[in-house]
Amino acid sequence: MTTQTSTEYEKYYVPEKSRLAVCATIGLMLSIFGAASIMNDMTFGDPDEQTYSWPIFLFGLFFFMAVLFGWFRTAIKENIAGMNSAQLKKSYVLGMFWFIFSEVMFFFAFFGALFYVRMLAGPWLAGEGEAGRMNGLLWDGFEFAWPMMQTPQEAVGGAAAQPLANNGSYTSAHTSMAFRDAEFWWKWLPLWNTLILLTSSLTCHFAHTGILEGDKKKFNKWLTVTVALGIVFLGLQALEYYEAYAHFGLTLNAGIYGSTFFMLTGFHGFHVLMGMTLLLIQLLRSVMGGHFTADDHFGFEASSWYWHFVDVVWVFLFLFVYIL
Amino acid sequence: MGDHHHGPAKGIGRWLFTTNHKDIGTMYLWFSFAMFLLGGFFAMVIRAELFQPGMQLVEPAFFNQMTTLHGLIMVFGAIMPSFVGLANWLIPMMIGAPDMALPRMNNWSFWILPPAFLLLASTLFMEGGAPAFGWTFYAPLSTTYAPPSVTFFIFSIHVLGLSSIMGSINIIATVMNMRAPGMTYMKMPLFVWTCLITAFLLVAVMPVLAGAVTMMLMDIHFGTSFFSAAGGGDPVLFQHIFWFFGHPEVYIIILPAFGVVSQIIPAFSRKPLFGYDSMVYATSSIAFLSFIVWAHHMYTVGMPIAGELFFMYATMLIAVPTGVKVFNWITTMWRGALSFETPMLFCLGFLVLFTLGGFTGLMLSIAPADFQYHDSYFVVAHFHYVMVAGAVFSMTAAIYFWLPKWCGRMYNEAMGKTHFWISFIGFNLTFFPQHFVGLAGMPRRIPDYALQFADFNMMSSIGAFIYGASQLLFLYNVIATIVAGEPVSDEKVWDGAEGLEWTVPTPAPYHTFEEPPRVGPGVHAHG
Repeated sequence: MTTQTSTEYEKYYVPEKSRLAVCATIGLMLSIFGAASIMNDMTFGDPDEQTYSWPIFLFGLFFFMAVLFGWFRTAIKENIAGMNSAQLKKSYVLGMFWFIFSEVMFFFAFFGALFYVRMLAGPWLAGEGEAGRMNGLLWDGFEFAWPMMQTPQEAVGGAAAQPLANNGSYTSAHTSMAFRDAEFWWKWLPLWNTLILLTSSLTCHFAHTGILEGDKKKFNKWLTVTVALGIVFLGLQALEYYEAYAHFGLTLNAGIYGSTFFMLTGFHGFHVLMGMTLLLIQLLRSVMGGHFTADDHFGFEASSWYWHFVDVVWVFLFLFVYIL
Repeated sequence: MGDHHHGPAKGIGRWLFTTNHKDIGTMYLWFSFAMFLLGGFFAMVIRAELFQPGMQLVEPAFFNQMTTLHGLIMVFGAIMPSFVGLANWLIPMMIGAPDMALPRMNNWSFWILPPAFLLLASTLFMEGGAPAFGWTFYAPLSTTYAPPSVTFFIFSIHVLGLSSIMGSINIIATVMNMRAPGMTYMKMPLFVWTCLITAFLLVAVMPVLAGAVTMMLMDIHFGTSFFSAAGGGDPVLFQHIFWFFGHPEVYIIILPAFGVVSQIIPAFSRKPLFGYDSMVYATSSIAFLSFIVWAHHMYTVGMPIAGELFFMYATMLIAVPTGVKVFNWITTMWRGALSFETPMLFCLGFLVLFTLGGFTGLMLSIAPADFQYHDSYFVVAHFHYVMVAGAVFSMTAAIYFWLPKWCGRMYNEAMGKTHFWISFIGFNLTFFPQHFVGLAGMPRRIPDYALQFADFNMMSSIGAFIYGASQLLFLYNVIATIVAGEPVSDEKVWDGAEGLEWTVPTPAPYHTFEEPPRVGPGVHAHG
């Protein structure tokens, strides 16, 4: 085989040895160990016993965040120092793209659970078809409806009357977040949230066109609006959760409707929080650090892709969790 | 910015802080071997208990912890990291890249693995014992009836998933972005292809596993009812989500093994790989099909008949691209100038035994037949033929094949061949009889069994001890090679080896291809 060395080639920057990874590992593992201990204290622990779970968790999390901050700062400094070739920048683009793809698959698991329960498992529990034969033995009288206002456990008379192994009591919601439970469309929170998030995607795009034109003022302005809309969304989401818990009886304990509702909207809300934080950091970088030019603004671009992804997930949530 | 032409740093810092793909590959490989020995030790406990009927050594609850941890450690700790290690060592050298695309993240994806397994193994010493619900951790065994240590198990799975996702993103970015000029996709060595496709699978299914364990966590601690029928959920939902991850997972394990075999068989046949293009398409087809066959693990769970039929036919389809691969490997050898060094012997062992495991897989894919085989030792025999004789044999072959290139020293051939034959005999003695006891009705994951299975189980246990001991010979051979093997300086260690990794000096310098090579138009980089 014949190979020759190419002459014109921009060198790919391979960083020198770095403490970042090992420090990040320490932070991650401490926070994870702490989190698991907190949960075990809560569920299996002795309430009188003094544990150190919370301090371990908080210290680990703080340490982890600090390392991540340093890590991103290093990457940004390298870019400003001109160490990143076009090829390296493409590696970052690919990394971000496939990271978002993995996030899509994470949501896919929860949407899959929702579809499976609504289309298959729910009707079977209520006795439909061949697979529903056990209904008469286990959950006699359970009727499937969505939103599920009565859990199978309640249909047989509560946790005490449940025929087989009991792993908790599920008290049903007396109403849901679907439109049929809202009196007027303008009182319907999810619609407002949808409008806000869709608008924020648009304003994020305006910021992008701003930086492409080299117009930093336009960029900063629209990015501020985007971050503000993200904060409003999170506020309304918090209000919705408050309503659900305080007035609707809709909780994590409210059977599978509550489970899917809170896990889907909760993970989405968490992702909005992350995306909003990312955009906020880009805004601070732009305003305080003077970062970003018309042809070098990947930090913002990656955050904006994340924001659009979060937005698309919401559209599916709106459709499948709230409307249908 | 420092000088890139220097060698490795000194001391422990070299390994802790490294960004070098060769260092990271080495760490992955040693770590996975340590996990292989640990998981193997658990297997020895299992086989010792099953040496005779009746309860001898361990409590049933502890036996269950052993089967669970054996499976988890072998799948997530031994086989997967070993291939990531191999990918780290080889992909940059095979495509002419200076390193992996994202070197610091590469280091991180390795370093979160050891503490995650430490956390998993530490559950053995926790109150209530380690997880005892099998490596598939079906709900409600893993939720309602789980020991408190399950929380730590869940978080360690999260960390393993994080490691795999970061490792895969790195592989994808490297292969898509770092190929030397002229190295088109259809010129890449097949090992690079299989790693790329495996990385796609991992990025797609690891988050789904994360979703599954998150639902478990919520069910256990926060009152949700994903896997509890009392709240309107369904334990079977767990199985669907788990196997949506789990079936691609088995191809994640075996596809890089296919890649290794596709590199080694041509080298010792002194012929190019037969049907390179069809190998690429077959690998892609297997990857695609792996997403639509998951419920063949759940034939007895009470699915509607339409579901059983769909998953049965889809599963059988996999035999077609797999058959293409086996055909191509055999045809590569046809009229080749064959020689039988240790890597080739392991590849031939792979070829014969993996095909056997494929056939038993075909038997299991038939839904009505599976009602009989389900959860029996027949299944255990089947997946050990593909996991051990498939993945582990090919991994062993890879070590013998590339070790001289990596360290510039030749292993002891006689010891290597001895290792192969002891492994081959020990493996078959362990797992071949398990087909018979399985068909006769012996269930898996039990510490005791009916008397009529005694002879075959004793054979199985003796075979397992032989196979286990032969790995110590392997360990000795590898260390002896690195420390005091006979030096080799040929760039091509093997006369029939083709590919860019054989064009750099032996042993491979700390940094390779800082200036990318140019791969000419007529050159077949894959040999």
